[in-house]
Amino acid sequence: MKRVLPTLLLAMLGLNSPLHAADYTIDTKDAHAFIQFKIKHLGYSWLYGRFNTFDGSFSYDPSKPEASKVQVNIDTRSVDSNHAERDKHLRREDFLFVEKFPTATFTSKKVTVAADGSMTLTGDLTLRGVTKELVIDVDKVGEGKDYWGGYRAGFTGTTEFKLKDFGIPMNLGPASEVVEMTLDIEGIRN
Amino acid sequence: MQLQNSTRRYGAISIAIHWLMALGIIGLFGLGLWMSGLSYYDPWYKQGPFIHKSIGLILLALLVFRFFWRLANARPADAPSLKPWEKSSSHLVHWLLYGLMLTTMIAGYLISTADGRSISVFNWFEVPALISGLPEQEDIAGEIHEILAWAIVAVAGLHALAALKHHFLDRDNTLKKMLGGE
Repeated sequence: MKRVLPTLLLAMLGLNSPLHAADYTIDTKDAHAFIQFKIKHLGYSWLYGRFNTFDGSFSYDPSKPEASKVQVNIDTRSVDSNHAERDKHLRREDFLFVEKFPTATFTSKKVTVAADGSMTLTGDLTLRGVTKELVIDVDKVGEGKDYWGGYRAGFTGTTEFKLKDFGIPMNLGPASEVVEMTLDIEGIRN
Repeated sequence: MQLQNSTRRYGAISIAIHWLMALGIIGLFGLGLWMSGLSYYDPWYKQGPFIHKSIGLILLALLVFRFFWRLANARPADAPSLKPWEKSSSHLVHWLLYGLMLTTMIAGYLISTADGRSISVFNWFEVPALISGLPEQEDIAGEIHEILAWAIVAVAGLHALAALKHHFLDRDNTLKKMLGGE
């Protein structure tokens, strides 16, 4: 009884871990989420960039991770590779064509969970007007209470695709056909 | 030929600046148009913009000097046969060209300095970024740069046609004055 009571109280206050699927809003407001990409430059080094503006949500239940869902909207204009001239080019028709396709979206369709707990997220990525199925390898980083009265859960995911698959016409050479993406998201439970 | 203008003829400095800038602007327009279509693996992909920016900034300095030189110098009289509308429209075109050149060059500068990077002039020296980080700075400056560059070519074309008209049809001294004559 000594141990049950506090747990019960916490449950009533809604401060402990959720018993069923909870909805989370990705914490882009305070930038605890990152959508980054890297692509080889000439085959000699890695070039990194990111999207600064996006929003999204997910639902997650630690006891039923295969029921997880995630939805992310990316403002393609916010591409940032730390070089204004390059970013200007990335926004043009050669790459993201943001004037015509200002938003990229990812919507999950299916989650499978491996024995070690890692997840495989299958969903549709819409980029530059092309919608294709994409598989993201996801690991949970952690979850729990934060220090300001909220509850958070965070994941890290990686995926890769060919620029050509989404109709990006610029030819960067044979070493730079594939872009790798790393997605780190932290959600605050609604 | 004297360096300064008189009320009858242009001096060597004015004439040199005029033709240098004419050559420079036409060259930059062609280079700019050509280089923006280069593939990433073209040997000129880096060299083209480097030369374009270097010459552009030199022309900007020359334009500022030209402005003060014009204010400090006499202006040779227009050919007596010029009608009032010809005088006023030619002045309008001259100032329009100055304004377009200035705006285009500043817009170009704002593209490359949008993230705070400086611009190298032929590796001789660096021109630092003064204004950076405005929202969508490189994109908006890029649009302005391109549109106004076309406007310069259009207005300069008009300017050149008018000079040829005065030379061949009106047979006055308008064009000759810019070649050192009276």
